[in-house]
Amino acid sequence: MLRKLFSFNGGVKPDPNKSASTREPIARLPLPPQLVIPLHQNIGGTPRPLVRVGERVRHGQRIGAADGNVSSAVHAPASGIVMAVEPRLMPHASGLSAMAVVIEPDGQDEHVEREPFDWKAASADEVRDYLRDAGVVGLGGAVFPSHLKLSPGRAMATHTLVINGAECEPFITCDDMLMRSEAHDILHGAQIMKRLLGARQVLVGIEDNKPEAAAAMRAAAAALGDPSIEIVVVPTRYPAGGAKQLIRVLTGIEVPHGSRSTDYGVQCFNVATALAVLNALERGEPLVRRIVTVAGNVERPRNFDVAIGTPIGFVFQHAGLKPDTDKLIMGGPMMGIPLPDMDAPVVKATNCLLASSPALFPPPQPELPCIRCGECARACPADLQPFELYWHSRARNFGRAQEYHLFDCIECGCCAYVCPSHIPLVDYYRYAKSEIWARERDKDAADSARERFEFRNWRAEREREEKAAKLAARSAAAARPAAAATGAEADDPKKALIEAALARARAQKDAAAARATDELAPAGGQQAGTGGLQQAQAGGELVQAAPSDKQVE
Amino acid sequence: MTSALLVMVGIALALGAALGAASVLFRTQGDPLVDKIDAILPQTQCGQCGYPGCKPYATAIAGGEADINQCPPGGDEGVRKLADLLGREYKPLNAEHGVEKPKSVAVIDEATCIGCTLCIQACPVDAIVGAAKQMHTIVSDLCTGCELCVPPCPADCIAMVPVAETVDTWKWRYPVFELRTAHARTQSAEEAA
Repeated sequence: MLRKLFSFNGGVKPDPNKSASTREPIARLPLPPQLVIPLHQNIGGTPRPLVRVGERVRHGQRIGAADGNVSSAVHAPASGIVMAVEPRLMPHASGLSAMAVVIEPDGQDEHVEREPFDWKAASADEVRDYLRDAGVVGLGGAVFPSHLKLSPGRAMATHTLVINGAECEPFITCDDMLMRSEAHDILHGAQIMKRLLGARQVLVGIEDNKPEAAAAMRAAAAALGDPSIEIVVVPTRYPAGGAKQLIRVLTGIEVPHGSRSTDYGVQCFNVATALAVLNALERGEPLVRRIVTVAGNVERPRNFDVAIGTPIGFVFQHAGLKPDTDKLIMGGPMMGIPLPDMDAPVVKATNCLLASSPALFPPPQPELPCIRCGECARACPADLQPFELYWHSRARNFGRAQEYHLFDCIECGCCAYVCPSHIPLVDYYRYAKSEIWARERDKDAADSARERFEFRNWRAEREREEKAAKLAARSAAAARPAAAATGAEADDPKKALIEAALARARAQKDAAAARATDELAPAGGQQAGTGGLQQAQAGGELVQAAPSDKQVE
Repeated sequence: MTSALLVMVGIALALGAALGAASVLFRTQGDPLVDKIDAILPQTQCGQCGYPGCKPYATAIAGGEADINQCPPGGDEGVRKLADLLGREYKPLNAEHGVEKPKSVAVIDEATCIGCTLCIQACPVDAIVGAAKQMHTIVSDLCTGCELCVPPCPADCIAMVPVAETVDTWKWRYPVFELRTAHARTQSAEEAA
């Protein structure tokens, strides 16, 4: 059956460079002496560590619990002792550190008890929670938590599940090799996903430069005998493996700005994610290993099955890093990010480790002024105007850049690839995006500060009013006796209060003086009767009528 | 003639009534300009501008009492934004009111804190928790870095610590290589001389 294929605009055809790493099957990399498992390996919240230093963990044990629903758990890839829970260098362009659990494997590889999970009987929410706690995230590189994507569409029922095996970026062959060896399991995983999504059909998109993978998948589909699964070979053109681009090629649906493919009834997953879902639900195995292509300037380019947390240097040791390597890249040559150091670990997002040399990737030519040729706009697969984005990003005019839909840019690098002026366009977009995110964070912080400041002022005002009200009430209560005692007009509440207090004090002192004079001398009693205030004060001082002083206060 | 006059008078009355109704119906509450200025200000509530908070400063700018370059936490970019909004000329930050610093948060040395609550009273955004004779601490996510808690502390136990960059807050660097910097430097040196 021939399927009508569609096409996306733009795109480029770089040299695939894929043959070197597909000569040999996937090799299982031994465990390194130390595993560094970053807690934050997904889009969303950073998982909370669940283990302490010195604790023994077993293979598959959860070491980081998902923080909220937009997060994903992390697990120990081997049994061993937790040596540290501390910030470690991340495989990130920043070269900064983040919290990680360091485990020294003990070589016994003791598993946690695998509890069989009856996902067919469980509710959809239970399945999603289970996948979240199994740490399943998108393995195409975006590491978006998969459980969030596995719910039937809200605006429209999901009818099509797209399984992405296009793998368009040069050098990367991990999905290709996985499809060759695990075709049956991938499709089985896709069937589970189809059921969770309530989709009617599964379309597996594979670029036509991977005939072995396509053949293996076709054979597996035939063996499964599921008529809803269709293996579709798509033309090789970068970036056919972008989710929106592949959906467009397979279904003809062009997802517009500001909406998602689920709004049009299509959901897209990477082939390795389908396998991870199967492993989690059917075998109770959390995501602790992944396939990594090691290519570029190495002696033995190949795909390895690597435990997450393995230092990159350890992986390169096994592939034989050539001495003239000048740079290490995580990901492919088009979208990859430079790695800070050999110590950074392999994470769930690591699909490829690329060693670069001056011969393989010559240093970039000097950047020349934009000549407004429009080549970038012709190459842009997201139908943007890269030159406009470039001018506004360069001028730090971020509002205008957003008006030109900067955030629809998938950073595929086609524009920079075709640019005759060798402008590193994607660098400008990344710069602008991270600046806009920082401004949004600042704005949220400022809004919260304004709210708290206003609340504090309101509270201070309320306290002042309450105090005034209390004072008024007290003075009103005191005004009558005070006025009676002194005859003073209590127009001012404060004055009235003072008057009242003075009156009380006078009364007490009078009483005390009377007592004192009674005891001292009978003559005093006569004086007390005649010379009121003077006597009372004298008496007070004489006998130190302390209690009355305190009462005045 | 009369009919034309009547028509004109009728139209005038109808339009007048419509305008009058609109002025009552669509009256704006408060000064929208103050809110726009306030939205640009960083809400540090530090008072370095000479006004007790960002809103009073915004009101003063709108009223023409204060200049736009008195807010060090807003920095150079804040001045530019205000200049854009108000259609005024950009001017560099007035050093009288302080200089732009990297974003910091206050940190209490909890071992030294005597629990006097003075800093709690000084904090404009209620970011300090504690009680009398109990240790205080600062909720760093809420701290605006205004430094108002530092002078009242009798034990001198509050320090301003610059906020470190993390993987999540890290920003890609501006890719342009400023080749003219050296030239500009010599130029400014010449000007200074």
